[in-house]
Amino acid sequence: MRILAIAQKVFIELLRDKRTLLLLFAVPIFIMWLMNAAFSASTETHATIAVVDVSESITKSLDDVKHITAKDYQSSGSAQDALEEEKVDAILSFKDENHYQVTYANTDPSKTNMTRQVINSTLKQVQVQELIDSLKEAQQANLQAQVQANGGKIAQVTEDTRSREDISQSKIKLIENYIYGDKNTTFFTKMTPVLMSFFVFFFVFLISGMALLKERTTGTLDRLLATPVKRSDIVFGYMMAYSLVAALQTIVIVLSTIWLLNLEVLGNIGDVIIVNIIFALVALSFGLLLSTLAKSEFQMMQFIPLVVTPQIFFSGIIPLDAMADWVQSLGKFLPLYYAGHALSKIILNGTSILQLGFDISILLIFLLVLTILNVIGLKRYRKV
Amino acid sequence: MEKLVDLQLISKYFGQQLVLNKIDFGLEAGQIVGLIGPSGAGKSTMIKTMLGMEKADEGKALILNHHMPNRFVLGQIGYMAQSDALYESLTGFENLNFFARMKGLSKKDIPTAIAHTAQVVELTEHLQKTVAGYSGGMKRRLSLAIALLGNPQLLILDEPTVGIDPALRRQVWKELHQLKKTGVGILITTHVMDEAELTDKVGLLLDGKIMAFDSPAALKTNYGVKTIEEVFLKAEGELE
Repeated sequence: MRILAIAQKVFIELLRDKRTLLLLFAVPIFIMWLMNAAFSASTETHATIAVVDVSESITKSLDDVKHITAKDYQSSGSAQDALEEEKVDAILSFKDENHYQVTYANTDPSKTNMTRQVINSTLKQVQVQELIDSLKEAQQANLQAQVQANGGKIAQVTEDTRSREDISQSKIKLIENYIYGDKNTTFFTKMTPVLMSFFVFFFVFLISGMALLKERTTGTLDRLLATPVKRSDIVFGYMMAYSLVAALQTIVIVLSTIWLLNLEVLGNIGDVIIVNIIFALVALSFGLLLSTLAKSEFQMMQFIPLVVTPQIFFSGIIPLDAMADWVQSLGKFLPLYYAGHALSKIILNGTSILQLGFDISILLIFLLVLTILNVIGLKRYRKV
Repeated sequence: MEKLVDLQLISKYFGQQLVLNKIDFGLEAGQIVGLIGPSGAGKSTMIKTMLGMEKADEGKALILNHHMPNRFVLGQIGYMAQSDALYESLTGFENLNFFARMKGLSKKDIPTAIAHTAQVVELTEHLQKTVAGYSGGMKRRLSLAIALLGNPQLLILDEPTVGIDPALRRQVWKELHQLKKTGVGILITTHVMDEAELTDKVGLLLDGKIMAFDSPAALKTNYGVKTIEEVFLKAEGELE
């Protein structure tokens, strides 16, 4: 079996290349861990608002809001200085009865948004509160007048007001349920399935492309083709070896994200591995094909911004719904879109691979076409 | 005598450029034929055409009585490329084993074939080392050993003695003459002119054309000179 012999050879070469092994297995875990740390830290925004000439009640209610600190400044000049020194993120100052003025630092749009919302709602709330207070006062005065008129009914009325206060004090409680994960689920969790397929694609693409390129530049490809080996044997041999590599890589990534980063996989881990193997084969045939266009390792690297980077944008890491229609349809020509979608479904929604026939068949079509192109492409080096 | 290589009026173009110009060339069993010519003359293209890596635009390329390109004939050809073309991270044994399997040797024949060829090139004791640790000469010898796997009827050796020391070169030649006696046909390209003297016939390739194709002795008489080197220089001079 020549295919088996080629697969064995490719695999042994990989095993003896310690750097590449590290790149395949340790680097993805490291990057996943880094991204997890980066994304879970940034989910909480904290803003400080400088208040100038603002009433105490407003300052207090602002300060009471979670993740907001309100600081009272004596003059607008000192507040301005604080803003410039980035000690505060916004200045709220009182102009007249109906006007407040806010100045945002706006260096971090998320902080600006939060501050805007908080100030708006607080001002409204305070307004409403003041309205209620004045209403109560009026009621109280009214009541007192009534009491003076007929002394008998006091007890009943006070009871009424008490029961009303009871109602206002009993808060509405929300019981929260999560289909996936818990309240600690971050943006990173949503990215994990896509990241996983991205790593598989990136590393298999690069390493397989380089491997075939090396065969060509060292002359071993010529020597190989000077034997009765079929061109398709070479392509299939490479595929065999790299599907094993992809399976191992997926297992390592999945297990490490489950244990290290508490990733929850709702679907079957076996399904995840199958999707990744198919995707790795697409990446492999892509790598092999593009390597025939490269003359050196450096030229192979030049394909990365062209082939690999665009896939990140359409993989679902950035929500696709928010993009323009034509941009969305552009993504449908890239294999990572389908692999990312299928993996997200399996991991986040628990969908079975059998229900993802569309994604899988598109990936298989990619694979088929690229494989045929590769077998034909090798004709450049031998005419039969 | 059986003709192992029979090129009949081969022409080959790369785009507009004529690389091989109506080449007539032959090699019989039990013959060592040398091919000399400056770089760029078309030696590599000629060899690639014989191996079916390129297809001639005109003429017939018959190897072992088959029209090239033909995949199955390749199993009976031992080919050694100009570069060493070895897998550096594999051991000598693994390299031999891999190419033996590619050539289609049966599983039970492989160990004896490897042992025999390794002995011929004197690498038996180094087989378990990875090729990355081999010296230049050892790599050449391993490369030659791969070409010898499976007792091919035809050997095509592209500059087999570049970078190996004189003692080993003499030994390689001894082995080639041994093979010749068993009926193997050998095509060898070389830059070393005194090596050309050791062949049965020499083909002089200049600008994609075979300028002369005869035994070394006949060439020297025809050109009226004493060495093949002078033949080469004279032929080159005539062309200009």
